[in-house]
Amino acid sequence: MIIDGTESSLRAYLKTLPPVDEVGAHARAAMLATRSIKTTSKSWAIDMAISMVDLTTLEGADTPGKIGTLCAKAVRPDAMDATVPSVGAVCVYNDMVKIARTKLDAIGGTSIPVAAVATAFPSGRASFAVKAQDTKDAIDAGAAEIDMVIDRGAFLSGRYGEVFEEISQIKEICGDKAHLKVILETGELVTLDNVRKASYLAMLAGADFIKTSTGKISPAATSPVVLVMLEAVRDYYSLTKTRIGVKPAGGIRNTKDAIKQLVLVNEVAGPEWLTPKLFRIGASALLNDLLLQRMKMRDGFYAGPSYVTLD
Amino acid sequence: MNPFEYAPALESTSIVTIKDRYGLFINGKFVAPKSGKYFPTINPSTEKKLSEIALASTADVDLAVKAARVAYAKVWSKMPAAERGKYLFRIARILQERSREFAVLETLDNGKPIRESRDTDIPLAAAHFFYHAGWADKLQYSGNGSGPKPYGVVGQIIPWNFPMLMLAWKIAPALATGNTVVLKPAETTSLTALLFAEICQQAGLPNGVINIITGEGATGAELVNHPGIDKVAFTGSTEVGKLIATSIAGSKKAATLELGGKAANIIYDDAAIDEAVEGIVNGIFFNQGHVCCAGSRLLVQESIQDEVLTKLKERMALIRLGNPLDKNTDIGAINSAAQLAKIKELSAAGDAEGAERWSPACNIPADGYWFPPTIFTGVSQTHRIAREEIFGPVLSILTFRTPQEAVEKANNTPYGLSAGIWTEKGSKILWTASKLRAGVIWANTFNKFDPASPFGGYKESGWGREGGKHGLSAYLKASN
Repeated sequence: MIIDGTESSLRAYLKTLPPVDEVGAHARAAMLATRSIKTTSKSWAIDMAISMVDLTTLEGADTPGKIGTLCAKAVRPDAMDATVPSVGAVCVYNDMVKIARTKLDAIGGTSIPVAAVATAFPSGRASFAVKAQDTKDAIDAGAAEIDMVIDRGAFLSGRYGEVFEEISQIKEICGDKAHLKVILETGELVTLDNVRKASYLAMLAGADFIKTSTGKISPAATSPVVLVMLEAVRDYYSLTKTRIGVKPAGGIRNTKDAIKQLVLVNEVAGPEWLTPKLFRIGASALLNDLLLQRMKMRDGFYAGPSYVTLD
Repeated sequence: MNPFEYAPALESTSIVTIKDRYGLFINGKFVAPKSGKYFPTINPSTEKKLSEIALASTADVDLAVKAARVAYAKVWSKMPAAERGKYLFRIARILQERSREFAVLETLDNGKPIRESRDTDIPLAAAHFFYHAGWADKLQYSGNGSGPKPYGVVGQIIPWNFPMLMLAWKIAPALATGNTVVLKPAETTSLTALLFAEICQQAGLPNGVINIITGEGATGAELVNHPGIDKVAFTGSTEVGKLIATSIAGSKKAATLELGGKAANIIYDDAAIDEAVEGIVNGIFFNQGHVCCAGSRLLVQESIQDEVLTKLKERMALIRLGNPLDKNTDIGAINSAAQLAKIKELSAAGDAEGAERWSPACNIPADGYWFPPTIFTGVSQTHRIAREEIFGPVLSILTFRTPQEAVEKANNTPYGLSAGIWTEKGSKILWTASKLRAGVIWANTFNKFDPASPFGGYKESGWGREGGKHGLSAYLKASN
């Protein structure tokens, strides 16, 4: 054990982390964005990206009907082409979990997990009792993945122990029933030094995944942020031999962006992370662009938005 | 085997038309050399011949210098400064418009990756013309008095590592300040200079303002020693720089010399390690290490040596060596057989002197000149690889215990071109920079260039500065 969970041990440990140079991190991300992914590697990347999508709807206007069509899309993204892989997961609010689970099971999507956002998503501003209940409800309804938010207020005021404690307790609730994704909301943490610290805090507290954003705050999953988080899971692996996953969410809308994410994974964390078990992309609009680009690779021309389904 | 192995992504060469044979560019026209001799120029990544280049003789050099003199006396020195500036702006814009063509040609002739010629060399070359275009009619504000005057005819000799960029560094300030030029590119990399000659024609630059003569070292010597030259500007090895200094001694010729280096890249224990590792890689493996200001001596604080070495090796394993035209290539071909032999010879000296060599696994292509990214650990100040410029992708790693020791070791070299400092502590950056005897010092970055920033060295790294206001002074005689 690297730390004992006390405020002072966390503070001391986070201080030992090397700082991040913002200019250098941006330059590295920009250089990796110039990688040119063509032909066979592009086809591979598109299918991999589809299988990594956490197909998401997190709207006040979500209804059983909306969730149903989303689930259908998750199982069979392209109605005309059965060779397209299913997505990584369906990501919904707490009260939609049961509807999603039932629908997925009914249409042959038993292997697709339902992820629920929890702990008073997106702000995280509620008592811990509420956050714990939120999580329990989701798991009871069949969520196999919990996307929790950290208390950014506690983090920014230096109460690392509180953040750590909350994550550990949610992890305990998840037990072996659900995977825990910890949302750092990097758009509110602002600096890359904070992103690195929060990543370690989440990993030390038991996160299975670290996730950039709720998608409700801009900027969300920028390349430098994902770069720093991938460095964190890589270095945490050399420290502990445990591989933690990474999930960028928010702002990844087209195939080009998704492939850039995969290049980052490949050249920062390493090819071992190129699996839906260790890398997910939280998105909704992205999936249709991946499908259109996949058709273009297959047919040689770009079909246009009328040839993919809107769900 | 990585399932995400990047498929070849080759830049098309169809944009470039290479002639079978090139003459000399004298007085606005391509002419055959009086010598009647030509020599081949090859693609160093395939060893295949690209074209034949004219070998300029004494008579050709003389014609070029005379053309430059006439252009200076009759046209260029009489033209209003704002008009001169317009030509520079025009050249800059054409360079941008034809940037892809220049980038591909540079990569074919030099062996450097297309990513670098496309993203660094050519955009920076255009930036130098834009920057100096703006100065042309403002020279009285450059700190050289109210009416600074050009020298007249400038003889310029440039190296093969950044052919087009070095051409821009030389020609842009010379033209902006009202000088005319005879330029000799390096014998292995003349093609972009000859394409630049076409741009001069396209821009309608008056005949004789720019003359480009190609050839070997002897041609360069003819140019330096020609009595019609008022100033010499040279970038290249310290060895040749010394020869030039000797041969112009006692003459009225002015000179700027941009020579070798053995830069220290200092990594303190409080540095941002991941970015410092990027800086080390960028410092020594950028452009195959064919960079005079390369960070070829890594000085790492002993307390973080293991961590830095581990991360550096992991990072080096990701470097992609191969076809320079592939958009994903990081390290291209070594420019010539002669340079490859020199790199091999010095690396062998590193082995023989007891330093430990390491390179990542690397597929070296069968044809062409290649050298894998290489580091030497256990290097001490007495080793040849710590003292001599290798000019290749070879890094010598030394350690230090205190900031004082870092500075002593960094300065313990006959060179003094550049240095890097990596620490998150601002006061340590300032303290270190004030103690280092190097012309360019980068803090938390490396190999960053900008036309507004002067560049040049201490000691055996050269005389004078290029770029910025300082660089203008090198082409002007100051007035009151």
